[in-house]
Amino acid sequence: MTAIQITNVEKNYKSLKALDGVSLSIEEGEFFGLLGPNGAGKTTLISIIAGLIRPDAGRVTIHGHDVITDFREARKKLGVVPQELVFDPFFTVRETLRLQSGYFGLKNNDKWIDEVMDNLDLSDKADVNMRALSGGMKRRVLVAQALVHKPPVIVLDEPTAGVDVELRQTLWKFISRLNRAGHTVVLTTHYLEEAQAMCQRVAMLKAGRVVALDTMAALIRRIAGSQLVLRLASGSLPPELRALVLHDEQQEGNTYNLRVTDYAEVEKILARLREAGAVIDEMQLQQADLEDIFLQIMGDKTP
Amino acid sequence: MNFMSVGFQTLFYKETLRFWKVATQTVAAPIVTTMLYLLIFGHVLEGRVEVYPGVSYTGFLIPGLVMMSVLQNAFANSSSSLIQSKITGNLVFILVPPLSHWEIIAAYVLASMVRGLVVGCGVFLITAWFADLSFVAPLWILAFALLGAAILGTMGVIAGIWAEKFDQLAAFQNFLIMPATFLSGVFYSIHSLPPVWQTVSHFNPFFYMIDGFRHGFFGVSDIAPWTSLAIVSLFFVLLAAIAVNLLARGYKLRH
Repeated sequence: MTAIQITNVEKNYKSLKALDGVSLSIEEGEFFGLLGPNGAGKTTLISIIAGLIRPDAGRVTIHGHDVITDFREARKKLGVVPQELVFDPFFTVRETLRLQSGYFGLKNNDKWIDEVMDNLDLSDKADVNMRALSGGMKRRVLVAQALVHKPPVIVLDEPTAGVDVELRQTLWKFISRLNRAGHTVVLTTHYLEEAQAMCQRVAMLKAGRVVALDTMAALIRRIAGSQLVLRLASGSLPPELRALVLHDEQQEGNTYNLRVTDYAEVEKILARLREAGAVIDEMQLQQADLEDIFLQIMGDKTP
Repeated sequence: MNFMSVGFQTLFYKETLRFWKVATQTVAAPIVTTMLYLLIFGHVLEGRVEVYPGVSYTGFLIPGLVMMSVLQNAFANSSSSLIQSKITGNLVFILVPPLSHWEIIAAYVLASMVRGLVVGCGVFLITAWFADLSFVAPLWILAFALLGAAILGTMGVIAGIWAEKFDQLAAFQNFLIMPATFLSGVFYSIHSLPPVWQTVSHFNPFFYMIDGFRHGFFGVSDIAPWTSLAIVSLFFVLLAAIAVNLLARGYKLRH
């Protein structure tokens, strides 16, 4: 079943096209990453999913429920952790979570509230006023608020921005457990290694358009490939191999980074080097990572 | 609109708890301020002004001050809560859950009415010792207090949605609510005004709220209470329609 269906969504702010015909389908139980530089449209898209922003065109459904025409059912299925560190200074942590449960129509939700607080190491802060919490603790409460109604779809907008390692680990442990239990998770993050470690599939947004959408493994294979790092003891790189050189500006002396897609290609490169009389001093095969893909796609001039 | 929905009840409870947690500022302070009005105006004008035959100036002033407290505090509750939530960003906690615009408006307005009426009762309980008051028609007192609080609570919702900063809300309060309240006959009967200002006063809906409320105490008023009730009710319907429309469209809330 499709957890989130985004169809041709457009959003304009005066002359700025924040989203330009975005279509995505996120399946139930997926751990999905939404990546892109600042201003790419990630938060706008998440706000449209959450009903905070209305699209100029297109449609979004959550578990089949339209976020505008059937907003009650759609919102019941969704938990959103906003990017901004917002809180209500009038209430304690427990009061905040009880109120949030109530807004979702849940009374007597203390058992689950206690479990969520326990999993996010918030139990000893339950009766502390929100104002007195550190930034990291406030972030945990935001996550807890998004989970009080056990939503099948959880959207986290930069949940680990500016938080310490301990919270990141606590958060990912809990979110992974929820994902294993069947919850769909959509994540935006600036930490690419985090997306690589957690997400099964990613979409990359650039200037309001989806410029890449695939599983992590396929993206790495298809777009970035691997890198063959060579240091030559003598001779130079034959001209026909220069087309494979990556990060031109980073080449030092006789060291070259070549893009390769499979092992057979490595064999061909080595054969060509032998023919040209070059002697290899050192050789290393490096697997590309999400950062390479990200830089490659975002570096592309065409949006 | 479902008044039994847990979502509505929770938001109403939250809005009530919010002002109650800072009751010194939201309840005690306005009672003290109103007491000062009574002491100063009552002291200066007592014995010099007789608005209705047989009614002392202090006796005339008290219902006006009670109603003024109800109105101002009902407005302050919804408007300040909304603007604070907008500026700090925590309004997202209300916009993301499955609450309808009807539930949101009803919760904010009812909580505002509670604050307005709590402050009004407080003012009444303290000021009632300063004059002999009669209660000729208690139902009129109740009707105008409830409607007045509902109107100002709704105006607070509209102002809170419209304003983007505290400065704009202060302008709404100082240039609209305050003059309309002070020029509505809290401190005088409009019959003591020159004819032109009497005419102008008839375009001020606050005048009808206070005049109708006062009728419940003395059985006399500048305008027949049924006329005032009709005008005030119409004004409420108009404001409620505006507030519902703004929220339904997501004006300045859902961009």
